[in-house]
Amino acid sequence: MSDRRTLQIKQISAHPGPIPGEGVQRDLEVCKLVDTTTCIGCKACEVACVEWNDMPFTPTTFDNTYQTMPETAWSFWNLIKFNEHQREDGTIQWLMRKDQCMHCADPGCLRACPADGAIVQYSNGIVDFNQENCIGCEFCVSGCPFNIPKFNPTTKKVYKCTLCSDRVGQGLEPACIKACPTGCLKFGSKDDMKFIAEERAQQLREHFGYANAGVYDPASIGGTHVIYVLHDATRPELYGGLPKDPQIPWSYTVWKWLAKPVLGTLALFGLLGVCLHYVTVGPRKSQPEPPPRKER
Amino acid sequence: MGTAVDRFDDKARGLFDRIGTNDVYQGELLRHRPYTRFLHWMVALFFFLALFSGFGIYLPWLFRWFTPIFGGGALARSMHPWFGVGFCFFFGLQVLNWLEPMLWSKADTEWIRGLKNHVLKPEKLEPTETGFFNAGQKVQFWEITIGSVVFLITGIILWIGAGTFGRITVAVSYVLHDISALVMLLGIFIHMYLSTFGQPGTFHSMTRGSVAESWAWTFHPSWYKQVTGRDPRQAHEEARRQMETGRR
Repeated sequence: MSDRRTLQIKQISAHPGPIPGEGVQRDLEVCKLVDTTTCIGCKACEVACVEWNDMPFTPTTFDNTYQTMPETAWSFWNLIKFNEHQREDGTIQWLMRKDQCMHCADPGCLRACPADGAIVQYSNGIVDFNQENCIGCEFCVSGCPFNIPKFNPTTKKVYKCTLCSDRVGQGLEPACIKACPTGCLKFGSKDDMKFIAEERAQQLREHFGYANAGVYDPASIGGTHVIYVLHDATRPELYGGLPKDPQIPWSYTVWKWLAKPVLGTLALFGLLGVCLHYVTVGPRKSQPEPPPRKER
Repeated sequence: MGTAVDRFDDKARGLFDRIGTNDVYQGELLRHRPYTRFLHWMVALFFFLALFSGFGIYLPWLFRWFTPIFGGGALARSMHPWFGVGFCFFFGLQVLNWLEPMLWSKADTEWIRGLKNHVLKPEKLEPTETGFFNAGQKVQFWEITIGSVVFLITGIILWIGAGTFGRITVAVSYVLHDISALVMLLGIFIHMYLSTFGQPGTFHSMTRGSVAESWAWTFHPSWYKQVTGRDPRQAHEEARRQMETGRR
């Protein structure tokens, strides 16, 4: 985790009490803008991520495309997803999307996490894993709509992109942003990035013939702190399986926050029940019992 | 049930009979043989290991004080599935061992119909049809059997993870896993109560194997008749009269 002086915690996974230091400081929501239309697939961001986060070498997989490996790994948080898309008119389009944690406003991983303090959300929107509190149950993996958290079988903990919370906490941009040569990656406040993204989408629609160009900032999870400009915002699945309508399973909303504590308490009432049975109805004894004492 | 299973059970029972001993004194009956007792306590051991390590995963903000027993949350999490495997293995053997006395009968349906009376104003003597196990015990046994199957299937899904089974399967499995655990937890309170404080004299059958004859004709009359050949009601009546004359 990063510097607590500049990063204000907003949410903590499975935490019973109030959030320490919540609301004491105004913090702009940060956002990473990925313009897929100007990405050239150079993978400078992949290298910068591995470099800054001091990751060990992760074996790559060559599958006749420009993609480094099939999906992100516990030691490889930033991956350019590549797709050779054939349009209706037979022409070919290369789609490249930088895949990493989306830093959702309503994070499925945080909702799913049963361990107190293993996942925190800062008020600037960054969702960060705290490996010291992680119990390695991997519920976050099933809570995430983007298949981002990855389990390390050696440390038995889960890892993912931090949006360089350590750099952002010190007023620096994330490592991937710094490395991008085309300006396809931008970093700033959510409002600014949203504005630039909408402008760019409008430009694509009006001057480049991409009639469906738009911004990906899914409302079903309250928006994300990584947003995309897509040539075709109506079909985000084309971009390496970006979900159109990402959802958090109901079991992590209804079951975890309501039914779990209620039913758990009910089960403990079994203990109360048998104790009350003993002191009221009383035990059954083998017969015959000696006759009860006669009152004088 | 196939003969191969019967032969296996007989061999296992015989082996444990050679190793183990029972304390059965005058006026007592052998209820549980060493093999049954061994399985019961192995199931109990793994049940509680799985339960306590599972508590820390279920509601850590309430039960996190259980996890240090297992060396912290991460270790509790990685050991929990192995405890579950142990539980399912030994309970599976117990299912084979107990299958026959646990089969449902018409008398059991009657017993369940009168459940309220059994719980709130129990008759002094069980109905004469009650055999080695009463209907309540059978319900618990079959609940745990079904619950173990649910545990095993959903547990393997949770163990291997979302990468193989998909995130929705995992999310649903974890709810079923929890429900199965809650039902079993509720049942275990009743089980522990009735075998100790609720029906004094029962616990000894699971430690040294024996129960008093009076216990047998009171709670399991049909079984009493089966092993002694005597009528349970008559035996009770005789004992009652004897007690009265002894007091005079």
